[in-house]
Amino acid sequence: MRTVKSPFKFKGGVHPDYNKELARDKAIERMPVPAELVVSMSQHLGAPAKCLVKAGDFVKRGQLIGEKNGFISVCVRAPADGKVVAVEKRLGPAGGKADAVIFDTTAKPEGEPAEPNNQTIKQSNNQTISPILPPLDWKAASREELLKRVEEAGICGMGGAGFPTNVKLNPPPGKRCEYLILNGAECEPYLTADFRLMLERADRIRVGVEIMRKILGGPAVRIAIEENKPEAIAAMEKAFADIEGNVEIVVLPVLYPQGSEKHQIFATVGRVVPEPPALPIDVGFVVENLGTGAAIGDAVEKGDPLLERVTTVSGDAVAEPKNVLAPSGTKYSDLIAFCGGEKVPPAKLISGGTMMGFAVSTPEIATTKTTSGLLLLSSKRVFQYSSQACINCGRCVRACPMNLNAAEIAKAVESDDVKAAEDLHVMTCIECGACSFSCPAYRPITQFCRRAKNSIRARMAAEKAKAAAAAAK
Amino acid sequence: MATAILIIAGIGMVAAVALAVADRYLSVKEDPRIGMVTAELPGANCGGCGFAGCDGYARALVAGTAPNGACAAGGDAVAKAVAKILGVEAAATERRVALVRCCGTRSEAIRVGDYNGICDCNVAAMTAGGDKGCTYGCLGYGACANVCPKGAISVHDGLAKVDKRLCIGCGKCVRACPKHIIELVPASATIHVLCANPDKGPSVRKVCGVGCMGCHLCEKNSGGKEAGHFTFQGFLAKVNYDNPPTDGAIVAKCPAKCMVEDSHFESGH
Repeated sequence: MRTVKSPFKFKGGVHPDYNKELARDKAIERMPVPAELVVSMSQHLGAPAKCLVKAGDFVKRGQLIGEKNGFISVCVRAPADGKVVAVEKRLGPAGGKADAVIFDTTAKPEGEPAEPNNQTIKQSNNQTISPILPPLDWKAASREELLKRVEEAGICGMGGAGFPTNVKLNPPPGKRCEYLILNGAECEPYLTADFRLMLERADRIRVGVEIMRKILGGPAVRIAIEENKPEAIAAMEKAFADIEGNVEIVVLPVLYPQGSEKHQIFATVGRVVPEPPALPIDVGFVVENLGTGAAIGDAVEKGDPLLERVTTVSGDAVAEPKNVLAPSGTKYSDLIAFCGGEKVPPAKLISGGTMMGFAVSTPEIATTKTTSGLLLLSSKRVFQYSSQACINCGRCVRACPMNLNAAEIAKAVESDDVKAAEDLHVMTCIECGACSFSCPAYRPITQFCRRAKNSIRARMAAEKAKAAAAAAK
Repeated sequence: MATAILIIAGIGMVAAVALAVADRYLSVKEDPRIGMVTAELPGANCGGCGFAGCDGYARALVAGTAPNGACAAGGDAVAKAVAKILGVEAAATERRVALVRCCGTRSEAIRVGDYNGICDCNVAAMTAGGDKGCTYGCLGYGACANVCPKGAISVHDGLAKVDKRLCIGCGKCVRACPKHIIELVPASATIHVLCANPDKGPSVRKVCGVGCMGCHLCEKNSGGKEAGHFTFQGFLAKVNYDNPPTDGAIVAKCPAKCMVEDSHFESGH
């Protein structure tokens, strides 16, 4: 194991205000199970899980409540004991509505002694409730057993996109994983959840890395961390000191979007992933968030499925910024209350980081397996802009880490010429927001790109359906 | 001089012969009915029939691969004219117009956020589902108005409205709306329920002052369930356009004020 400095710097990128000092020194704190949980069936990328419970059912912590529904899908387990109050469509952080199971965690089945907030006491005392899945010895278990465990535990990428981890760890035949990159860049402003994980749970991450390495057939491991986290680098160096094989901690320069999969591949090894539909595995890479690594470690060694995650609650409008370990399905309002409530009325509520997160309209939305942060920004930090015409300054072109001509794409989409945007390779856009961030005319360039990508995807899906219908004839 | 004249005349001769031969042997025979049918179609090229413009539909009609009466813009008159040319039956069609099933203006329906991104409903809907408290309602960023080939849709006070006189019923707005609340309804129907929120009354009331609560009063006042003028989806009343109500008195009795008699511009709603 050695630590190296990244020799590769990608083109473009921006330097937003990181504001990480708000929560970086706050140790991970476990939140009591809230009275109501809203557990979405669509916490991951791909097909939503099929709901297995109905209103009135009592469920136990860890019980399967949503079945994997297709190849690119992830199962959902109950994050706490409780009674199902309803199964209904609820708004998710990204704006879409999906089926969600609403739990009352205070309800008890008849006949059981009424112990008020039993779960809270148990968990805050850190007593482990009997394991949900049988613990596995990863050294003895076969690759298939480990993969099955990752699937059963309902693990998806915890960096944000939520790609099913068991699919990612199982490359299609003929494709070999040469490098496993563990993503600890955390380049989003405000967020410190991964930083705290590295400080406090480096041993769990190490177990996860060894398991992933075994599943992938022993690739070289690169752990990517931005250089503004020296404590995390030290903690990881300590935890990984005696690991065998080709493992390196790569210290990356501070630059947004350093945490992007493609940029990390370039920054660590210097390889470039071709345009979509090519995936990192096509050039021999699997990139996993380190939170996912820790979740895999827990799922295998302790038998704990992915039921909770660390979410950074931060921003200048929250009384006490914290890194909270909360069950997936905790409503934002409960998270905010746990962090001492609002200091000043927030002007903007963002699920995720300030660069790629989603502004949400109500704190009634609940966290998912991918919610890395919840930011409450006061009117001082929220800039109300009105966008103006492009002044052809080229700052977005310089800022774009994907070498796109963002200004021209935005102009094409603005005049409804999606074809022109496609010719300008808008599909390679990673929606990092560097263009909008750098635009002096406050043009919503990223939004234009998203719009183009959405209509291109819709067209592709329509063409595919048409071709399938023709083939069926 | 003479050489020049001879060369030019020679080239002219050769070209004339080539053209005459091409006309004789390479000509493409087109069914004259295609031209006749195209002339009858309205020429709006709206695409409402599902073909690329009126010419495409005319070709499909003559080839017998498209049903007569699919031209919403032309309606009955065109279907009859086409039937005459092609010698087929004209299916009776009724003129249909678009209806935006929402009446939550900015003053009635609350907005939960300040949206200042791109002015397009589809983009706004991608941003936390849009800024309207009611997740079913019209966002009012004019995606429908932008695709309307006739300029029949305009947005007033955060709400899209269709001018019945201009609408040709092509259905482009139906496909453009991210909330799927635009519907093609018979132009003769005069009473409409302008709401698309199937949630329970209290949750509708929280977000909109004029949302349907599913109280069934419209059904009761129009002759009860047997009369069949309304259908219910969750807590939302829908007009049964196969058997629409005609008595305007029920409109005033709607406690939610989401019913209108002739929702279109011409009556000044």
